[in-house]
Amino acid sequence: MADSARTMTDWLGFLGNRRAAEPAPAAVTPSTKPELSHPTKSLQKFLRLQAGQDNPVLLDLGPVVGSNVTFFGEQLGCRIRVEDVASDIEAHIKKDITDQLPAFFRSRFVQAPGSVDGILCWDALDYLDRNAAQALAASLTNLLRPEGALLGFFSTTESRNAVYTKYVVVDHQHLRYRPYPASRPRQRALLTGDIIRMFKGLRVSDSFLMKSNVREMLFRKNPAP
Amino acid sequence: MWKRDESVKPAAPPAPTPAAPVTPAVSVPAASSERRTQTLQGENVNIGKSVVIKGELSGSEDLTIEGNVEGRIELKENILTIGPNGKIRAEVFAKAVIVLGEVTGNVTASEKVDIRDNGSVDGDITSPRVAIAEGAHFRGSVDMQRAGAKPAAAKPAAAPAAAAPAAAASPTAAPPAQTQKVGA
Repeated sequence: MADSARTMTDWLGFLGNRRAAEPAPAAVTPSTKPELSHPTKSLQKFLRLQAGQDNPVLLDLGPVVGSNVTFFGEQLGCRIRVEDVASDIEAHIKKDITDQLPAFFRSRFVQAPGSVDGILCWDALDYLDRNAAQALAASLTNLLRPEGALLGFFSTTESRNAVYTKYVVVDHQHLRYRPYPASRPRQRALLTGDIIRMFKGLRVSDSFLMKSNVREMLFRKNPAP
Repeated sequence: MWKRDESVKPAAPPAPTPAAPVTPAVSVPAASSERRTQTLQGENVNIGKSVVIKGELSGSEDLTIEGNVEGRIELKENILTIGPNGKIRAEVFAKAVIVLGEVTGNVTASEKVDIRDNGSVDGDITSPRVAIAEGAHFRGSVDMQRAGAKPAAAKPAAAPAAAAPAAAASPTAAPPAQTQKVGA
């Protein structure tokens, strides 16, 4: 009886197959929308500069992104320190003490001057007013070793969206922009000249204006005199 | 007709799958108490929620901590798991460390450190492999320098060439190539 049932099933196998195949299209079309990745021109240059160092020391000013830590660690065999500047800014906004940010950034970092090979500044400066941005830029410049590199992103458009962005490294040439809530939007779009003046002591190695309205700038610290 | 089809199918593959992971080496049916004693005697030891340890903890078995430990933990050849209830204020040395709870202190692993979702580490990590999950909290530095750090120098220079065609083929690489170079 069971054999005859199986034979029937085999005969009508095409029905069985259709039935089994039904879930497949659902699996192929994922319910979650894939995130877009944006090209980056400066990241691979930054990596190339760090690759020349033995066990470089990196400072990441973004929030912790596990895959980034893994990426930089595996690519460079580096020591990476994550110092989430956005959370510092948030804390100051919530306590309504943003006027103290310049002083805070002057003493924010514990690393010895000239001890850092590379800094991933991302877009931290966009969220600061001029004085605080200047203080942060000066601190970062001080941390870099001579010929060290700093990667900064600067928005070229004004935005009223109160979001920070996590930059998730996809590969050497692509980043995913992952927004998350902020208490206030970007302060203003900085002019290139202002940015360059802010990082006195560094020189612009590369600057790319991306279609995502982000200016990617790679700075190098001037060699020791 | 459909019912016949279904009645045939389950007889063969699906039945063993749910039961499979719990099959112990012991022949007796897998009673939970039996399993617990087996793990205690053999591979994995648990430190329960209510246990507080101050001092130095070392051993040669895999260990799961759900309680509080202060001081130093050394399991150089074994895996240390900090469970969701575990709270550690200690220097940690192990072969691999999996963090689901809270760790305050430096963590050194010869193989891997894995901070899972809701896991928290406040301290410096030294390990050749580090994984930090999306919802994890981490504050400190990660040192992934390897004994043979030579491939690092070659990789970034070589990889972009390889990454370019892959990225072009990738469905996620949405926006097209772009940019004008502004600076020198």
